Formats: sequence, structure tokens, C-alpha cells
Amino acid sequence: MRNARQHEIVVTLCLPTGALLVSLLVFGVFVACSGANPLAAYALMYQGGFGTWFSWQNTLQRAAPLILTALCTAIPAQLGLVIIGGEGALVLGGLGAVVMALHFPVGVPWLVQLAMALAGMVVGGLLILVAGALRHYRGVNETISSLLLTYIAIAGFHHLVEGPMRDPASLNKPSTAAIGDANMLGLLPGMDVHWGLLYGLVACVVVYILMSRTVFGFAARMAGGNARAAQLSGLPIGRLILTGCFLAGAAAGLAGMVEVAAVHGRANASLVVGYGYTGILVAFLARHHALAIIPVAVLLGGIGASGGLLQRRLGLPDATVLVLQGILFVVILASEALRDRLQLLGKTAS
Amino acid sequence: MPYDHTLSRRALLRGAATTAAGLYAAALPVWAANQTVVGFIYVGPRDDFGYNQAHAQGAAAVAKLPGVKVVEEEKVPETADVQKTMGSMITLDGATLLFPTSFGYFDPHVLKVATQYPQVTFLHAGGLYQEGKHPKNVGSYFGYIDEAQYLAGIVAGHTSRSGKLGFVAAKPIPQVLRNINAFTLGARAAKPQTTTQVIFTGDWALPVKEAEATNSLVDQGIDVITCHVDSPKVVMETCERRGIFCSGYHASQAALAPKGYLTGAEWNWEGVYTDFVKRFQAGEKLPNLVRGGLKEGMVRISPYGPAVGEPARQQTEAARAQLMAGTFVIFKGPLQSNTGATIIPAGEQRVQTDLSLEAMDWLVAGVIGSTK
Repeated sequence: MRNARQHEIVVTLCLPTGALLVSLLVFGVFVACSGANPLAAYALMYQGGFGTWFSWQNTLQRAAPLILTALCTAIPAQLGLVIIGGEGALVLGGLGAVVMALHFPVGVPWLVQLAMALAGMVVGGLLILVAGALRHYRGVNETISSLLLTYIAIAGFHHLVEGPMRDPASLNKPSTAAIGDANMLGLLPGMDVHWGLLYGLVACVVVYILMSRTVFGFAARMAGGNARAAQLSGLPIGRLILTGCFLAGAAAGLAGMVEVAAVHGRANASLVVGYGYTGILVAFLARHHALAIIPVAVLLGGIGASGGLLQRRLGLPDATVLVLQGILFVVILASEALRDRLQLLGKTAS
Repeated sequence: MPYDHTLSRRALLRGAATTAAGLYAAALPVWAANQTVVGFIYVGPRDDFGYNQAHAQGAAAVAKLPGVKVVEEEKVPETADVQKTMGSMITLDGATLLFPTSFGYFDPHVLKVATQYPQVTFLHAGGLYQEGKHPKNVGSYFGYIDEAQYLAGIVAGHTSRSGKLGFVAAKPIPQVLRNINAFTLGARAAKPQTTTQVIFTGDWALPVKEAEATNSLVDQGIDVITCHVDSPKVVMETCERRGIFCSGYHASQAALAPKGYLTGAEWNWEGVYTDFVKRFQAGEKLPNLVRGGLKEGMVRISPYGPAVGEPARQQTEAARAQLMAGTFVIFKGPLQSNTGATIIPAGEQRVQTDLSLEAMDWLVAGVIGSTK
């Protein structure tokens, strides 16, 4: 049996690594077709994403928001739901954080930051909660509803930022008032990466423990595996779905708070840049495993960080890294089809 | 059996590591050490026929200068990403002069990175520099492109048969309103009864909405359309397909509408950037705030298209000569808004440097539309 367990670990590690290598090979063919040297491209990607201390910080900084938005898809996935509304939750979470900061009565930075984080999480959580509630009570497909809710959230966000909440001094870039320098989140000690990274890491660990070590997690995964069986065993499916969706939205909402409090200092259109959508990709690549999200987000962050170097040194278009992301997505998902076969192989061997 | 996997993976990794190490040299910058490395950062695709292309044309002109190496990155969002892109250009490429070209890059991104790298010069398109408040290694420049829009308006006013012009705009912010107003004032200087119908799409790059807006304007009998969005491509192509005239923005879109393209308000970043970089190479301290219009060579109009008649050319050239001489003011009294309010009383005028123009929140009489 020990061999079988070892084998499983080997499969779990080798499968994504192999898929990554295959993706890089396919990508190399693409690069060659675009007239650049694929080997130089690999070297540049390594250098731009992981080759120097600066590159690592670049990579981690880009990974930070993705870790949190990936949780927005990964948590409901445990319940068998496909939620893709992280972008909406992020944007509204950021706005909620600003509103909190502007109206918070006490001028103690850490208290303001805590209140902002809570506000962002509640607002983001409520948005995804709606998708969960529509699913549970009205049978509305949660994938579609969470996507459409995102459109509504973004439209509402623009309306507020360019209308009632606009700072009159923000002439050519409509924004809300600033939350104030004192309330900004600083950088992690010793590196040029903001606290959002640590928030993301902690959130992943918490979600992992929640899903694998608690009754809630067990019930949620059971409901995700077979909702009817779970219901027959007396599990409160509705409450599980609503809680899971709220937590999911809260993660993305926290990402919005971080964007506001660590980067922009105010809410404006720069919050709507697609971190929520890239998070979906991260969650699927990580197979909705909370801890696997971290390396996947770092990988995608690294690809993003090295994308610039590919453009600058090889003259490849920006879409190059999107092509690599797409190849990765397809190959990793396809490689999952091999898992059962490889595991079977292990069983026969032991 | 399982050990086979481990072994092959290890071998593979070892091979990969060797390859990576061998190729590391290939990844080092290929340019000579004594070259000035200039970085350009764009918020959208550099071949968008619009805002970003105008800057990329400037970068291409800079790349032709001796002793200069240009590095470019496109589609960089206005987030922490652009901070890292600037850092990457400085750390990995050795850039000493950066042009982060999107308006939204300035605060907080350029300001923050400029503090981190005081030895690097940052020149930002937007004209937002404030003396005493912003780092000294930051500069900001912008052009009075409404002067070019005024000239384009004269051409449009002359060419339109219906007297009805259209304007597809992104957001009702001062820069955009100033263009709509200047275009309309130009058109009404040609033919006083001309009107401009404006449609706001809500954001800088919404191709589908821009096409819908253009089509609906054409359906209303409008026969000349211009725009202020990041990429005028869709608007121009739709106009050409519908058989009406169009006037460009940011860069020349003449190639997209060979029949209907009249002229357009363009940036002259080629001239501006070449000048900046030459002075930078000569060791000169560049001014922190640079603004200018036609006279200073920061903006220009596209060459006239085939549909532009002689009267239009004559009046436009006359106005251009006055603007070049600095004897003409676009916003002067009596000037009324389209809600009937008097904006500038008779006998008064607001020259380009007037700060109240930067906070414009009104549309001149003749514009059909609302700033809200």
C-alpha cells in the first residue's frame, strides 16, 4: 500500500509538471512560427519571471490578486458550483472598502484597514451569495447568474464612481475620494510586494483547513459530490451553498480591498482589469485545490512578468503570453484524463 | 515501476537546467552598453490606429536616432503591473528614460516608481506635474489637441451636406468635452447652423458600442462623424461602410476610409519624443511640464482627404495660420452652452493655458447631448 500511496503522489506531481513541459514545447512551436527563437524565449521567460530577485518580486506581486480571486471559483467548486463572478465581487469589494474608509469614524490606520477588509469581504460575499441563492431557491444556473451579476456590478460601480461618489477634483480620470495615505497597506518586510500576497496565502491555508479538516468542509464536499445523497443524509444543502458562495465572494472582495488599499488608494476604473477572470483560470488549473492555487498563481504571475521581456527583447506581441496561458489551460485539463490510467497502473504495480 | 517516473523527471530537470544555464547568456540585453535605453509603455495594443499607435509612432521615430535603444511593452494595465513593468525595464533592460504613455499611469504608479528610482527620468503623457508636490525626475507633457479638432471641425462643417455632425465619445470628462466643443465651434465657424450630436459610450475601448453609436448617428441623417475613444478604427470603418464622411483622432486613419476620410486631429509624438530624447542624450535637464498646441508642434491635422473642397481648405488654412501665429483664441465670448447659460461673456476670452478650461463641464450651443 505504501507504494500505491507513493505512486499517487508521484502522479499528482508529475502530471502537472509534464503538462507544463508539454505546454512549453507547444508554445515553443508557436514562438518559432512567429519568427523568434524558442530557446531564447524560454531563457527570457525564466529570467523575467524567476531569474533575479526583482523578477521574483514582479512575479509574486502579479500573483497576489490572482490567489484571492481564484478562491472565488475554487470554494464553490467544492460544492459542485461553477462560479465565475469573481471580477464583480472584486470591483464591488474595492468600492465597499473605500466607502468604509471614507466614513470610518476613528482615525486609527489598522482599525480602518480592518474595517475596510471586512467591508470588502461582506460586499463581495453578498454579490456571490445572490448567485448561490438564485441557484438554491430558484434553480438559476449559477455560472450564468454570477457572470451577469458581474456585468451589473461593474455597471453599478462605474455609475457610482463617475456619479454620486466622484471626487470633483478627479477631472480626467473619474475616481472616488482617496482613502488617505495613512490608511494605505504597506509593503511586506524586505520586499517590494504588498500585503495582499500574505492575505492570499493565509486565505488559501484557511480554506484548505476548512475544506479538509472541518465538518463544514466535509459536508460541502459531500454536497458537491452528490447533492441528493447529501440531502438524504440530512445535510443542510442550502446553508452550505450560501455559506460557500459568501466565502467565495469574500475572498474576491478582499482582493478588491487590497487593490484599493495597497495600490490605487481610491476606487476608479483601474479596478476593472480582469483579475477576477484570470482567477477562474487559476482555480481550474489548480483543480480547485486551495493550496495548489498558490503555485499556479505564481506560475501565471511569472508568465505575466516575463511577458514584458518577451515583448521587449523578441518583439513578440502581448498576446503571446495569452497564447501560453491558453495552451496551459487546455493541456493541463487534458492531462487530467490520464490520471485514472496512471493511478490504475500504480495499483497493478503494488 | 513508480521509480521510473521519478528518474525520468530528474533527468529531464537536469537537462532543462543545463539548457537554461547555457541560454542565460542569450537572454542578456543585446544592445551596446553606451546606448541610451528608452522604454515606452502602452495601455492598449500599439497598432490600434489610435491613442497607443500615436505613441508607438513616436517610439519608432526615437528608435531611428543614433545611440538609442527603444524597448516597448503594450497592453499594460493601470495597476501594480505597470509599476513592475517600469521596474523591469529599468532593472533588466537598463532603461534610463521612460515614457509611460497612459493618462492613468501617473498617479499613483509613476509617482511611486519615480521615488524608488531617482536616477531614472519619467516622462508622462497627461500634463499632470505639480511643482513641489511630485518627484523632480518626473515630467509630464500634453498637447492642446482641441486646436486640431477646431480645424477638423471647419472641414467637417464645410463638407457636411445635412449640417448635422456626429461625435462618438468615451466619457464626459474635461478633455473630451473640450474636443467636442472645439470641433463644434470650428464647424459653426464654417456654417453657423451646424449641430453636433454626441454619444457617450462610457469607456475608452468598447468597439461594439462604438459601432452601434456610429450606426445610430448615420441613421439620424448625420454625414460626418468624428470621435474621442482610444481606437477610432471601428468608427472610421463603419462610416466608410455606410458611405459617409469621417474625421480622425489620435493618429491618421486615412487608410481605413480612403473615400470618406476628411482630415483628423493627430498627435505629433514623433516630433515631441525625438526632441525630448535628443535633449536627454545631450545631458540637458528636461522641463517638468510641457504643453503646447499646433504652434509648438505637439499636434497636427491629417492631410486632407479627396472629398475636402477648396473653400474648406482655404478657411482651415487661414485658421491654422492664425493658430500658428498665436493670434487666435478658440474659446472666446460671447459663448453660450447648449443649456442656454452664458459661459464666456462678450469681450472676454480664455486662452489655452487658462486653467478653467481644464475643468470644463459644459457643451457649447450647437452640441446635442448632455454632460451628465
